Amino acid sequence: MADTIDRTALQQFLLRMGDNTLILGHRVSEWCGHAPVLEEDIALANTALDLIGQTQLWLDYAAEVEGAGRSADDLAFLRDVWDFRNVLLVELPNGDFGQTLMRQFLYDAWASIMLGRLQKSADERVREIAEKAAKENAYHVERSADTVVGLGDGTEESHRRMQAALDYLYPYVGELFESDATDAAMVEAGVAPDPAGLREDYDALVGRVMADATLRLPEKAYVHRGGRSGTMHTEHLGHLLCTMQWLQRAYPGCRW
Amino acid sequence: MYAQMVKSTGKGVKTREEMSEDERAFQDKIDADTKIEPRDWMPEEYRKTLVRQIGQHAHSEIVGQLPEGNWITRAPTLERKMILLAKVQDEAGHGLYLYAAAETLGVSRDEMTEDLLSGKMKYSSIFNYPTLTWADMGAVGWLVDGAAIMNQVPLQRTSYGPYSRAMIRICKEESFHQRQGYDIMMKMAQGSPEQKRMAQDALNRFWYPSLMMFGPSDADSVHSAQSMAWKIKINTNDELRQKFVDQTVPQAEYLGLSIPDPDLKWNAERGHYDFTEPDWQEFFDVIKGNGPCNTERLGDRTRAWEEGRWVREGLMAHANKRAARIAAE
Amino acid sequence: MSSVNPSAYPDTDSDAAPPRKEWPLWEIFIRGQHGMSHRHVGSLHAPDSEMAIKNARDVYTRRNEGVSIWAVESRHIAATVPSEKGPMFEPSESKVYRHPTFYDIPDEVGHM
Repeated sequence: MADTIDRTALQQFLLRMGDNTLILGHRVSEWCGHAPVLEEDIALANTALDLIGQTQLWLDYAAEVEGAGRSADDLAFLRDVWDFRNVLLVELPNGDFGQTLMRQFLYDAWASIMLGRLQKSADERVREIAEKAAKENAYHVERSADTVVGLGDGTEESHRRMQAALDYLYPYVGELFESDATDAAMVEAGVAPDPAGLREDYDALVGRVMADATLRLPEKAYVHRGGRSGTMHTEHLGHLLCTMQWLQRAYPGCRW
Repeated sequence: MYAQMVKSTGKGVKTREEMSEDERAFQDKIDADTKIEPRDWMPEEYRKTLVRQIGQHAHSEIVGQLPEGNWITRAPTLERKMILLAKVQDEAGHGLYLYAAAETLGVSRDEMTEDLLSGKMKYSSIFNYPTLTWADMGAVGWLVDGAAIMNQVPLQRTSYGPYSRAMIRICKEESFHQRQGYDIMMKMAQGSPEQKRMAQDALNRFWYPSLMMFGPSDADSVHSAQSMAWKIKINTNDELRQKFVDQTVPQAEYLGLSIPDPDLKWNAERGHYDFTEPDWQEFFDVIKGNGPCNTERLGDRTRAWEEGRWVREGLMAHANKRAARIAAE
Repeated sequence: MSSVNPSAYPDTDSDAAPPRKEWPLWEIFIRGQHGMSHRHVGSLHAPDSEMAIKNARDVYTRRNEGVSIWAVESRHIAATVPSEKGPMFEPSESKVYRHPTFYDIPDEVGHM
């Protein structure tokens, strides 16, 4: 990592990456034991495991860059809502299986493009994490895309539910492509691409999958934003943190 | 164990004279440790007993996901979260392997699932107990998986080929389960006063339910005698329970925790620990549906099944459409 | 009596069954390492072959067990019938001359 880099910006960028995988991994893990069929239960657990594994790498690095003696666990379990930097999309509730898989695909599609670019990062650590995560994500996106297509082009009921999921989630997609000063600093340092620049590839991929799924992309969807900048979150995040952080908060300083 | 009260359907073990020629040849194969395979001739009672036993075992793995799954979202560190998730996921896998073994006997997984949800088929009593604190994740791994392994290791030698192969795979994968449980217990027992209290409390609550996992004494049961002759049961319930107590007592001592049994003591003459039997009335109450969590457990499984129907049907419909499109080309 | 049967399992061989609601059963074969043959590891359910492969990846390679996966629908496996085991397999038992140990070669000849 270049010494000249803006460390605060780098740390923010790493939190954005790690909080996305942490919150989404947590959401997906909520399915364990409750999925529609055993094979899906096992597959979802694999996705959650990959995402939490990636979280550990991103947040380890974020904690290191921060240099305040905190660990990845401290960042995950001891920050409050306003310090989280994940996009709003990943903190939305699971809903039915269709909504979970639609959210997964909309995230996976973005991650597949983002991680591809990050493998060319000027920062060696970022490059290494992205390389590992990209392999995992390549499978996730294939699986979630197949499931979205299968359910979109399945029965009347499954089609209706998938369209409803897409209509609900799509307004949260735009945030993935917002650019701010942190992003500009990352672009300048060669660490990460400008998020806005990923949109074209994303639209092509999502458009293809939705066409196969016989689903209609909402036109001119409103963009809900604020998660990655930390200025706004949904109410859902606080409840998620209540559950996730409870032990660490109730019994501070213990080893587990 | 995971199959605690499986009744064989026959009337007890037949003598060689009472057996038909097929039955004699079948018993000879079992006595010679030759595995029985799906299309081999087998007595109808052997088939039915196996479907019940393997099915009950599979259901136990699936329902068994729930008490531990209860803590996945509350695991205290990222690493603990991954370990617990991987473990509960393994249980889904084990259920899957076991259902597949039962399916080789001509019964479908969906049928077995519906029999579980209707209450026609049972699962292990242990999973009707609640997990109240994080230490319960330790106690479940240490005691519940410990008891399960005690039963599953000998079952690797069971006479039915697909069941035996499933057990071999399961035992291989389970090897980390008990250890991760004990690892949690060690951290708790060596931790803060609250953590120690949680650890002792977990042991107090899970000790007798764990002993119940082996089922009531079956020394005089004709059903057990038949199952043992068929090598689908290898040890008596009492043998396994004793073995479990003997193994667990020193492990508890190492943790500095006390087993909630004032009459527990080493019997030098027998070379085993003497211990207090669990309350069998409680066991029968739980089996009948009156355990602390029976309603929640079956409710969760029923909801997953009902709410998942549109997904299963949707993906199947898509597969059929695609196959039809390909055929039309 | 035919020595092969349409299926490896009982009651899973009916093509005439009414349209299935349950996902069909698949047999999974995995190549553990490069150079080894695929081995049967177990079964699972999936709506089609692509999902069968994906499910096999998630179910049967969680511990780094494989480098290649085959999936075949269980009802498409042809199997020998156990009652025909005699005529199928015993005739080869008497052909001892097919095995190297049948032949006595003097030690002086060296390794052969």
